[in-house]
Amino acid sequence: MLDYVTSYLHSSLTPGQAGNWLWALVYILVIFAGVSGIVIVMNWGERKALAHMQVRLGPMRVGPHGLMQPIADAIKLLTKEDIMPSEADKPIFWLAPVWVVMIAFSVFIVVPFGPTHAVTDMNIGILFMLGVSSLGVLGIVMAGWASNSHFPLMGALRSSAQMVSYEIAMGLAVVSAIVMTGLGGIGPYGIGSGAGSGTLSMIGIVQAQAQQHVWFIFKFFPVGLVAFFIFAVAMIAETNRAPFDLPEAESELVAGFHTEYSGLRWSLFMLGEYAGMVAVSSIAITLWLGGWLRPFPSTHGPAINIPFLWEHPEQGVVDFAFSFAPALVMLALAFFSFFNAMRMPKHPLLKIQTIGLYAFGLVLAGVGLILLAPPVRDRIQDIFWFVFKIACFMYLYIWYRATWPRYRFDQLMKVGWKVLLPLGLGVLLVTGIIGLGPEIAAWLKGVV
Amino acid sequence: MTPVAPTFFFYLLSTVAVVGAILVITRKNPVHSALSLIFTLLALAGLYLMLYAPFVAGVQIILYAGGIMVLFLFVIMLVNIERSQREVQFNQQWHVGIIASLALGFLFLYVYKHGSSIFPVNPVSMPEPMNTQQVGMALFRNYLLPFEIASLLLLVAIVGAVVMAKKRI
Repeated sequence: MLDYVTSYLHSSLTPGQAGNWLWALVYILVIFAGVSGIVIVMNWGERKALAHMQVRLGPMRVGPHGLMQPIADAIKLLTKEDIMPSEADKPIFWLAPVWVVMIAFSVFIVVPFGPTHAVTDMNIGILFMLGVSSLGVLGIVMAGWASNSHFPLMGALRSSAQMVSYEIAMGLAVVSAIVMTGLGGIGPYGIGSGAGSGTLSMIGIVQAQAQQHVWFIFKFFPVGLVAFFIFAVAMIAETNRAPFDLPEAESELVAGFHTEYSGLRWSLFMLGEYAGMVAVSSIAITLWLGGWLRPFPSTHGPAINIPFLWEHPEQGVVDFAFSFAPALVMLALAFFSFFNAMRMPKHPLLKIQTIGLYAFGLVLAGVGLILLAPPVRDRIQDIFWFVFKIACFMYLYIWYRATWPRYRFDQLMKVGWKVLLPLGLGVLLVTGIIGLGPEIAAWLKGVV
Repeated sequence: MTPVAPTFFFYLLSTVAVVGAILVITRKNPVHSALSLIFTLLALAGLYLMLYAPFVAGVQIILYAGGIMVLFLFVIMLVNIERSQREVQFNQQWHVGIIASLALGFLFLYVYKHGSSIFPVNPVSMPEPMNTQQVGMALFRNYLLPFEIASLLLLVAIVGAVVMAKKRI
């Protein structure tokens, strides 16, 4: 039994591939807890960032700078009365939030947080992610229909139309990135032998970027960038976020498809929505932003193709310098909270809050110091960069919401079908033509 | 990797598929029928995975469960449920239907009993990690022309649907 547990520690495979169910379970639990943690942080961060962008303070009462606000919210939601409309379709009304959460979390089975840090690696990885996340819309449709009310039904209709339209543009953008995995050349314009050994596996896609020494967003510049742009727009529409939040447009439809939901069921919808945001962001990160790779992948040390980067101290100087990034980020956050604790007004009522902020800063500094230790520092690298990129995407989501007004529905459809779809087809064609460049040139020579 | 408890999962997935399929035709509410059909399709995707065909399973989920069923529900949600629940569920042809399905069932039983020479007992197993690549090679190298003709047919159908639905473009 002990051998079974420890044998995986020296494996270079994901637990799913190694067939180790125990470690697979551990990974599932850790990823579940981690994503829930991101949702909690996002709950606080979104309100805080939105408030600062609108020159407000945001939550300030519960804990220092409102840091305990998510916990207070969770207690409120759990103790609220759970209302089910009497005319609702009860089994489907019950199933809808469960379905949304299940779908949102099951996508994370294939998300690679590192070369070995995924529950499993599938041959159809990206196809699985797109397919399963497209099932999420069924939960919204179920919720809207089962509520037996007008606003939810309108929200569900809008949601299904929107998601089906944007999935096509999204798929085309994804295909152009997958075509790039088959072009083995090095550098932004590198074209290899063109043997066509592309891959759909999430880990394989990141490894292709590592071997080509370029993130696919910079591949065939600006082709990769345009594909990423299409995906980034479709991604916001898929997750029903502003400026594409028509299914829950509060000025038109009250709260859209979840108008009739309250308490725990409503919070499940919220959990599903934010977990879905993390999921689509991690698709974008894996396909275009190099997954777990740190910035400047062309300067990687010699050990880049080996899953155990930390067992090879002869890595380059750049790798060594970048390995301090996680600790530095943590220490910067600690410094920030110390700075704000010192700026707190000296008032007896704020004494506990000030102490709490100091304590929070101490915890962050402690984590930062632990991350400085060489074994931890090297092992945490890939996970850190993946989560850091997710955090950037989450901040962008908040930024979009604060900046752009909501689209009108016909404008939304026009953007999806008349702009993004032709653009996606064009990007796919251009990628193929550049990728097959040598072959096409040889063929033309033969004709002429 | 070797599959875990294949017998158990086969019976689990087949039960879900069969029960879902029965619910599709017995439920009076069309939305309930459509949701049961989704469960059937998902169970079938699981069966494809067990047959070492991950690409077919992925396409099954992304196209049928994710795309087509959403459009089904989209249309069904606009149907007047009260009227559809009052209508007679099975039409007068169910006698014929039972005879046809029994005949098909006996055919399956006969093939199962005597057809062991037609179907190999140990089918050639495709290496799972390269399944998608092999499907791609087959479609775009060996069978490119049939593939393109099929997609042209679909394109004609799409154009036809648009022309019939929208008289003035």
